[in-house]
Amino acid sequence: MTAAIEFDQVSVVFPARERGGAPWRAIAHTSLSVEVGEFVSVVGPTGCGKSTLLNLAAGLLAPSAGTVRVFGQPLIGINRRAGYMFQTDALLPWRTALDNVTFGLELRGVPRTEANERGRYWLAKVGLAHAAERYPHQLSGGMKKRVAMAQTLIVEPDILLMDEPFSALDVQTRQLMENELLALWQAERRSVLFITHDLEEAIALSDRVVVLSAGPDTHPIGEFPIDLARPRDVAEIRLTPEFLGIHERIWAVLRDEVLKGYVQTTT
Amino acid sequence: MSKRPPKLWPWQVALALFVFAAWWGLTATHILSPFFFGEPLVVLQRIVQWFASGSIWPHLGVTLLETLLAFVLGTVLGVAIGLWLALAPVASALADPYIKAANAMPRVILAPIFSVWFGLGIASKVALGVTLVFFIVFFNVYQGIREVSPVILANARMLGANRRQLLRHIYLPSATAWVFSSLHTSVGMAFVGAVVGEYLGSAKGVGYLILQAEGTFDINSVFAGILVLTAFALLLDALVTLTERRLLKWRPPTIAETL
Repeated sequence: MTAAIEFDQVSVVFPARERGGAPWRAIAHTSLSVEVGEFVSVVGPTGCGKSTLLNLAAGLLAPSAGTVRVFGQPLIGINRRAGYMFQTDALLPWRTALDNVTFGLELRGVPRTEANERGRYWLAKVGLAHAAERYPHQLSGGMKKRVAMAQTLIVEPDILLMDEPFSALDVQTRQLMENELLALWQAERRSVLFITHDLEEAIALSDRVVVLSAGPDTHPIGEFPIDLARPRDVAEIRLTPEFLGIHERIWAVLRDEVLKGYVQTTT
Repeated sequence: MSKRPPKLWPWQVALALFVFAAWWGLTATHILSPFFFGEPLVVLQRIVQWFASGSIWPHLGVTLLETLLAFVLGTVLGVAIGLWLALAPVASALADPYIKAANAMPRVILAPIFSVWFGLGIASKVALGVTLVFFIVFFNVYQGIREVSPVILANARMLGANRRQLLRHIYLPSATAWVFSSLHTSVGMAFVGAVVGEYLGSAKGVGYLILQAEGTFDINSVFAGILVLTAFALLLDALVTLTERRLLKWRPPTIAETL
């Protein structure tokens, strides 16, 4: 079966910032795949090129070497089958919550009334039916994330790319959002590539966790299948012995890289 | 719970009355010469007389028409060229030194040239106003486009926006906010263009009226003209604010507005 996303010996080199400086190889010879319907999380120390990996899958960035394949086809330009949830706020501030959710439909030429109907359905699904007419600055951080989730999912992408989408939220809101994401994913079984620096979040959500090395020359250094039963509750599952066992095994690999990354960012 | 802000307008009116009273007191007692500084009562009388007889309207009408045309043309040109240059790096780099030069030049000195080119009618005044308004709007649009959040752009692209849709849904709304902040300044500039143009050569307009009065040392009429111009400049500014509130209701209130 062809994978939803496949990185094949991919490298990314950024030109030097200053004249005469050395170019920065963010990602080196990375091979990684996300199967259809699979939820894969990528964890790694800060600044290791996790977001770069996601931008490659989105087609916002082209690899310097190697190939990215989407359902078997080499990716050229924007990945039309993917939806992207960004780490920072990406809502259009001049559109109401509803108009933000329907934006993708509008771009595809879906008639206004149908788009609004589907938009209201999605807003209700993420629990924001009452906030349709509010502008982003009138929404809380968690509500904005919900709007962003509806905005991404309404166009029914086959692949979901998520870049630490919940990292700015407080713990309670975050666990609520993680459960909502799991419920939505469980129903539709899209392929997900989820980037995070939070190992617990990665284990609680995923089918498989990939650990990246510290940069430069970031590459996967470990892959761990997560065979915890579904459906899961992200708050409860953290307390089970299975979870703790997996956490311990992955952390043993990740710890050294986090230390390396920490040294790099502080020196 | 925040306290209701105290009403400021009675104090603002009081301040205006105080200035007028001081003006009146100083000129009536001849501490300041009424010949040079005018007499506030005569000035007010002159204004009432202008409006009562209707003699001011043709002049005011011409000045306002010039202002409006300069404002609209300058803004449209500023937005169009600002958008174009912000999205075309090569053209922008090419034009950069010339735009800086044209902006640094005191453009009021173009007025005589415009008089020669476009005659003494309204066209030369509009042309002057356009050169003043254009650069303010242009720089704001240019800046606005350059500072569009790259995340919002990437988001729109991922949701399927093509180049034209990016322009319509991302660049234009984002530039609009910047344009509006510049419109307050540009309304004033359009007014300056109209009045200075009239002052330098015309047969109609409030600037012309002021020039005539100055020629006969009629200081009271000069002051009356200035006051009428100021009142209408404030009116235009209020209109811009009103439009701004309607079009930019998505924007969070600024700190000044929430105080």
